Amino acid sequence: MTTVLLVAERDEQGEISQTTLQAVAAANGLTEAQVTIAFAGEAPSSAGSLAAEKVVTLSAIDASDSGIYEQATADVAAFAASMNPDVVMFNKSDFGSIVSARLAFRTDSALAADCIGISNADGAVSVTRPVYGGSALAEFEIRSTPAIVTLRAGAYEPSTETGSPSVEAADSTESVEQRAQVTDTVAEARDGVRLEDANFVVSGGRGLGGPEAFHVLTDLASVLGGAVGASRAACDAGWIDHSHQVGLTGKSVSPDVYIAVGISGASQHMAGCSSSRAIVAINKDSTSNIFKEARFGVVGDWEKILPSFIATVRELKA
Amino acid sequence: MKVRIVVLAKQVPDPETPPSQFKIDESSNSVITPNGVPPVVNGFDLNAVEAALLLKDSDADVEITVLSVGSDFVMDAMKKPLAMGADRLVLVADELLDKLDSSATVKLLAAAIQKDGPFDLILGGRQASDWDQAHVTLGLSEVLGLPLVSLVKKLEINGDSVSLQRLIPDGYQAITAPIPAVLTVTNELGEPRYPNLRGIMQASRKKPEIFSLDDLGLSPEDLTPKLELKKLYVPESNKQVELIEGEDEADSGKKLALRLREEKLI
Ligand SMILES: Cc1cc2nc3c(=O)[nH]c(=O)nc-3n(C[C@H](O)[C@H](O)[C@H](O)COP(=O)(O)OP(=O)(O)OC[C@H]3O[C@@H](n4cnc5c(N)ncnc54)[C@H](O)[C@@H]3O)c2cc1C
Repeated sequence: MTTVLLVAERDEQGEISQTTLQAVAAANGLTEAQVTIAFAGEAPSSAGSLAAEKVVTLSAIDASDSGIYEQATADVAAFAASMNPDVVMFNKSDFGSIVSARLAFRTDSALAADCIGISNADGAVSVTRPVYGGSALAEFEIRSTPAIVTLRAGAYEPSTETGSPSVEAADSTESVEQRAQVTDTVAEARDGVRLEDANFVVSGGRGLGGPEAFHVLTDLASVLGGAVGASRAACDAGWIDHSHQVGLTGKSVSPDVYIAVGISGASQHMAGCSSSRAIVAINKDSTSNIFKEARFGVVGDWEKILPSFIATVRELKA
Repeated sequence: MKVRIVVLAKQVPDPETPPSQFKIDESSNSVITPNGVPPVVNGFDLNAVEAALLLKDSDADVEITVLSVGSDFVMDAMKKPLAMGADRLVLVADELLDKLDSSATVKLLAAAIQKDGPFDLILGGRQASDWDQAHVTLGLSEVLGLPLVSLVKKLEINGDSVSLQRLIPDGYQAITAPIPAVLTVTNELGEPRYPNLRGIMQASRKKPEIFSLDDLGLSPEDLTPKLELKKLYVPESNKQVELIEGEDEADSGKKLALRLREEKLI
């Protein structure tokens, strides 16, 4: 038997997040898995039919702990100590990255981040994770229990299995002293669909040459009903806000169509978009790495290609 | 009052190595450094150095120590933070330290910080560009029992606390934390400054201070990895791009749209 504690997350609507459902699939893929799913705060009603043995609720995350996660870590740690699981699974989100690291070093446990595969045989847990910015893959065997892992978004298909877990509240934990305090949260206004949820993403890179060109991409994105992304080079140049960055240290997207304009396709960029259904590259350099990753491509100057592309898309959509 | 800052820095293979030159020796599970491409200090660690230098720009009484653990250090790379303006370089150098996991790295850094401290701020980059785990600085805060704020893009010291901006997916959080604190710095803080000639001259005269495992009271058994690397490889890609060619670029744009429609993608 392999006992798994899966720490769930909810989306903006309060529903179980797609990435959590992906983790449910990963957890149930382990041999003889016995899965417990923990929610911070109340569990959404759909949690009652998750493919798990048990659903537990921990105390809700207070806004001033968000981003710091001292209390959240204490809650997860207390429950993990009572359950003594073989594997503790998180998503590689802001929450998952921090709580998993805090928990692992607090309890001197093994930790593997951003995994795209997890398996077990003969009592040992193994993971596969991209390394060197996505240029290579590494397989690790985890040498201590519990194995704490975070999973990359899109690595697994969301679980569609159902079950009838028991739902109960975990014992409440003591409140910990909050040393770092969140005093304000400033969010970029967003119009249209969230980058992570978009079916179409139009991303621009250094090849766009300046901020003005992003208006053209915004135009295309709105015709398609999608969102605008960017490479780190474009964000670092200040052409577009960092919240649009796609990649290893930006957002992970998996749209139906990812259109990369003036982006060379560095491994760190592809790390955020390689699970897209189709990548379309527009780049003037035919030797650019993006053409090794794309399904469709046009070699040429985006300034000459995009206007007719957008016009035709508009006609087709009309 | 003197403010002591330690910045954690790691030597890594140059992450801008083009994918075509990125090779792995599968027998030793390690990266083959392409000829003539020297290692560099991890880019995000230079952002952390820059964060410390910005504090020093506004308060002369800041001392910046750069701390690294590893083996086979290349001084041209490791002295870059000194050339940018950091004051000291401390290396925990030992042949045994070439294949550390994050758990062992944290133990070594914690011991070195305890020996060389106390420090008011401990800064690290948001992640290292080789193993991309983003664990070490976070783990260090737990082991040292200090407050942690990650992904800092702006910071200011106000007496015995720091005011920070922390990057979140759609903006930032304003946070205050008591000193001493552990912070990870993200590239949104701004480009690390280029060393000037004076800085380079000064750095060339400075000698790193070296700690051995013995100095830190640690033995190799303390560093047993919790993760064992079984296999390292470059994934095969068998994607074949379909290039759309029109009479001219405008025509290609049009044909691309029609082709995507044909595939029912739009
Ligand atoms: C640890 C680490 C993490 C990183 N994380 C990320 C990340 O999350 N996201 C990310 O994107 N990057 C990330 N990077 C940076 C990454 O390595 C690349 O440097 C970056 O993605 C390059 O951006 P780019 O493709 O826009 O620019 P470039 O590589 O400069 O490519 C520009 C492209 O534009 C093309 N071009 C130029 N003019 C035109 C034109 N007129 N028409 C058509 N094409 C044109 C060129 O042929 C070229 O291919 C990271 C790097 C490191 C080391």
